[in-house]
Amino acid sequence: MQKTTYPGLVPPTVRGYGKSMAGRRLLVFLGLLVLLALGLVLGVAQGAVPIAPGEVVRALLGLSENPIITELRLPRVLAAMLVGAVLGISGAAFQGLFRNPLADPYLMGSAAGAAFGVTLAVSLAGGLSSAFAQHAVFTHLPASAILFGFLGAVGAVLLTLLLSGGASRTGDLILAGVVVGSVLVSLTSYLMLQDADRVRAVFAYTLGNLAFVGWNGVGSLALFLLFTFPLLLLLGRTLNALHLGEETARSLGLPLDKLKLLIIGLVTLLIAAAVAQAGIIGFVGLMAPHILRRLLGGDYHYLLPASALGGAVLLVLADLLARTLVAPAELPVGILTTLLGGPFFLYLLWRGRRVAW
Amino acid sequence: MVAQRAEQGAGPQRLGACALVADGVSFAYRNRTVLEGVNLELHPGEWLALLGPNGVGKSTLLRLMAGLVRPAVGEVRLGDERLERISSWRRGQQIAFLPQHGGYPEDLTVEEVVALGRTPHLGLLGRASQADREAVEWAMQQTQVSAFRHRLLPTLSGGERQRVMLARALAARPKFLLLDEPTNHLDLHHQAEFLALLAGLRAQGLGILTVLHDPNLARLADRVAFLAEGRLLALGQPGEVLTEELLQGVYGRQVRVRLLEGQPVVLLGG
Repeated sequence: MQKTTYPGLVPPTVRGYGKSMAGRRLLVFLGLLVLLALGLVLGVAQGAVPIAPGEVVRALLGLSENPIITELRLPRVLAAMLVGAVLGISGAAFQGLFRNPLADPYLMGSAAGAAFGVTLAVSLAGGLSSAFAQHAVFTHLPASAILFGFLGAVGAVLLTLLLSGGASRTGDLILAGVVVGSVLVSLTSYLMLQDADRVRAVFAYTLGNLAFVGWNGVGSLALFLLFTFPLLLLLGRTLNALHLGEETARSLGLPLDKLKLLIIGLVTLLIAAAVAQAGIIGFVGLMAPHILRRLLGGDYHYLLPASALGGAVLLVLADLLARTLVAPAELPVGILTTLLGGPFFLYLLWRGRRVAW
Repeated sequence: MVAQRAEQGAGPQRLGACALVADGVSFAYRNRTVLEGVNLELHPGEWLALLGPNGVGKSTLLRLMAGLVRPAVGEVRLGDERLERISSWRRGQQIAFLPQHGGYPEDLTVEEVVALGRTPHLGLLGRASQADREAVEWAMQQTQVSAFRHRLLPTLSGGERQRVMLARALAARPKFLLLDEPTNHLDLHHQAEFLALLAGLRAQGLGILTVLHDPNLARLADRVAFLAEGRLLALGQPGEVLTEELLQGVYGRQVRVRLLEGQPVVLLGG
């Protein structure tokens, strides 16, 4: 290959980014890891039976055994981490894909689809689920409900893609997602009205609760993340190019229609797996990428992993609050994230206005 | 009326150097014909300005030549190859495109934006090589944006931002540069600065196609192609194309053309 020459080129003195940016990135990632470790210890320590943090650390390191930790608290905190990570990555990826900082991981109807699937499973199960319906906050979801929730989420996104004629027109995609979501919410409400007894159980699920997930759920979520996360990182280049607009991204040689479908597919798998098990937890997928974009800038090679860590931290802390604020009862964590997320966005709105003025 | 003089009035043409050629291209959006049988050749080392009233298909022709849309009839060729046969990566390496309404990334630094221009050269893992970093440096130096490489785009002036976008397009080290109204929204000083940059790049052998709607800017190009109602009305040196007869026929009677130091200057009114 012929060597390219650059007339008048002064050799670069600064490679890549300024030291300040590299240092800042390191600091942000280290900070997130510290917060996550802190959240893990606090989350496991806190509960109906308080456990000393020292004991928690010993148990986590395998130096002692405590069934409360291994059977109850640890899977729940890990579930919060994994679901939070899924929401963070998905939010970042969708915000890049739709080129909209307000894009939400549930944008294409996945949450409504999962709720519909779970409700349908509970309705179909009939008598079988009566035990499960008696608890306002049931302790776990039957496998059939998780499967239906997963399929419902994937199906809703497929329907959205079908209605919008593929992924090439982003505006159509968002509109179709709104339509599919609304219709599914209506159908879910109708199913819930058919069987008032189960309304509370399904309703509690839709509000989001990490108590359902358990070790099996943690394992499956970890597998989903392990499979999709490296692929999404490879797609960081596409998300970066999308900063310049779709037409420019195409002109840079990216086969954008295929890549967009791939991103939607990976995010849908992740979100479906999370939402089917933990219900609909709002705002984490919006907030984590938003905050980290301000700290790290818009390079998705950093923003995606940072949003995963940030989402994990947010949800671990939110779940900790949900368990302690009204102890011994619990708040559904989805209500709490929405209560915290609403003011956050009001703040952003207010800040944006102040800048505009 | 000036006949099509693609071969005569061209800038420095190199024998054997490949050209970007639109060969009898037609294009329609749904039922509305936008372009009909347009022939245009862009050679390395020449600056061709695409001129015409609003909505005559200038941007569409640019996008056809960038390989972003396919012609309904005719073909676009890069050298001997049809553009749609070339892999999108190789197309991106050779033809850089700067749309009129592209995105301005709000949370990327100048250097990060310019580095995005290397996208067609990166491997699967997207790691930048030494050659990539050098090309980014070169592009930033050409456009004089190195000094604010660490700043975020919203902190720049319109003229600086447009130079960054040009650097992004140059970073791919393309053979051809297609720009859609690059001087829109720039004041006179920044228009002059930007067009001088283009002239310098042409001298380095780049083939440049700019959509413009100000005939007085098009005057600086080697050749002007005048598009009206989807057809190529005239093609040639600025002095041949920018005649009062042609401009009045398209824009109306109020257009006047005067010569200033042998160059046509287009005026409005008396």
